[in-house]
Amino acid sequence: MNSKTIILSIIGLIFYFLIQILVLKNLVLFGMAFCFLYVIYLLLLPIEIKTIPLMILAFILGFGIDIFYDSLGLHTSSAVMLAFLRRPWIQLITPTGGYDPNTPPNLLNMGLGWFLTYSIPLILAHHLTFFFIDNIGTYSYIPMIYKTLSSTLFTFILGVIVQVLFYKKKRGI
Amino acid sequence: MQRILLFLYSIRAFLLFISLEAAAIWLIVSYNSPQGAVFFNSSNNFIGKFLNAKEGVTTYFTLGKTNQNLAEKNAQLMTQLTSSLLEQDSVTFDVDSSMLKTYEFKSAKVINNSINLRTNHITLNKGANDGIKEGMGVFNDQGIVGRVKGVSKNFASVISLLHTDLLISSKIKSTNVIGSTQWDGKSSQKAKLRYVPRHVTVSKGDTVVTSGYNAVFPEGILIGTIDEIAKGTETNYLDITIKLATNFSTLTYVYLVENNLEAELDSLQKITKTINE
Repeated sequence: MNSKTIILSIIGLIFYFLIQILVLKNLVLFGMAFCFLYVIYLLLLPIEIKTIPLMILAFILGFGIDIFYDSLGLHTSSAVMLAFLRRPWIQLITPTGGYDPNTPPNLLNMGLGWFLTYSIPLILAHHLTFFFIDNIGTYSYIPMIYKTLSSTLFTFILGVIVQVLFYKKKRGI
Repeated sequence: MQRILLFLYSIRAFLLFISLEAAAIWLIVSYNSPQGAVFFNSSNNFIGKFLNAKEGVTTYFTLGKTNQNLAEKNAQLMTQLTSSLLEQDSVTFDVDSSMLKTYEFKSAKVINNSINLRTNHITLNKGANDGIKEGMGVFNDQGIVGRVKGVSKNFASVISLLHTDLLISSKIKSTNVIGSTQWDGKSSQKAKLRYVPRHVTVSKGDTVVTSGYNAVFPEGILIGTIDEIAKGTETNYLDITIKLATNFSTLTYVYLVENNLEAELDSLQKITKTINE
């Protein structure tokens, strides 16, 4: 990781954070589909990033979002869960020939097929943790499953749109 | 010894994961307890200022609707005023002056609101400096909204009625049957009326209002109308669904009510309790 990547990551962090708390907090489709776009930010960080710094970053990001959502601990725990699962999952789905160093794992670099297998299970894990904790004690599990699935789809679609619009493909050699 | 340390080092990521999750769960538990930590929430001063600035922009989108609601409320109050002024020919007597200021009302603006989670909170733009205290009841021109959970100097955070842990003492207006209103976490337009016994006749469309028993709300603030009555799974109680009068998705201005006699009422009820035991 060079200094340019780090600076871009920090700018990205602020940007995703503001979008999440200012715009997406009020955007819930049909009372069902939530959009947690900051998950996409955590997914698109460089492949080489280790689990420990990623978990600390996820903790801080989740905590910040929780303060604005008035849901202390909810986003924090699910973001940490995502950060913990990310690296093992990346290693599990290594394509033949391995990853190119310094390539962000986004849609444009890796192709739709790989990105689907990479992002959908991780987003699902995050959302499932989130809605499970949110629903503890109410015993309404069917709405919880609906919310999880529709939110996963919504987050994924918006994540793809953001990448197509604002991300650049890394030039090949 | 070295082996143990090496082993612990090899699972350091997992250990950190466990401790961070534990910290998060501690946050959830402590925040949702009634005496929860109020520092890290949206009534925090810095966060509140930020939300206030944001609200300054978005409030313009709902101005028309808000104006209309306020005008309707004004008209309603005006009718009440004229009808009470016209009663000069009837016999009137002065109420004991200590009862005159039982309830004090204040107004505030909503700067942060959510309706879709199971535990929803609202942030108001007034705090301890404006006389807002913990435990005050919150309502608006349509009906009941919630109860103040914590205050900072300039902001207050409110537990919305759309919070599955909040119980509001309520009654059915026509028959005076009491019960408790609680949200079931499903739709933001509906809540449950609990603890209404089965032998009571309840009909669809009945109005549900606050009972005034718990000293937070004055008697008679609208909660909603009865939408559905079922036998329910609990043997003793009916399963009643209320259609809420308040539209939580468009909250802008709210009123806060403080009962000046709450301490007196509470201590009296405490005394009766100890005598009965």
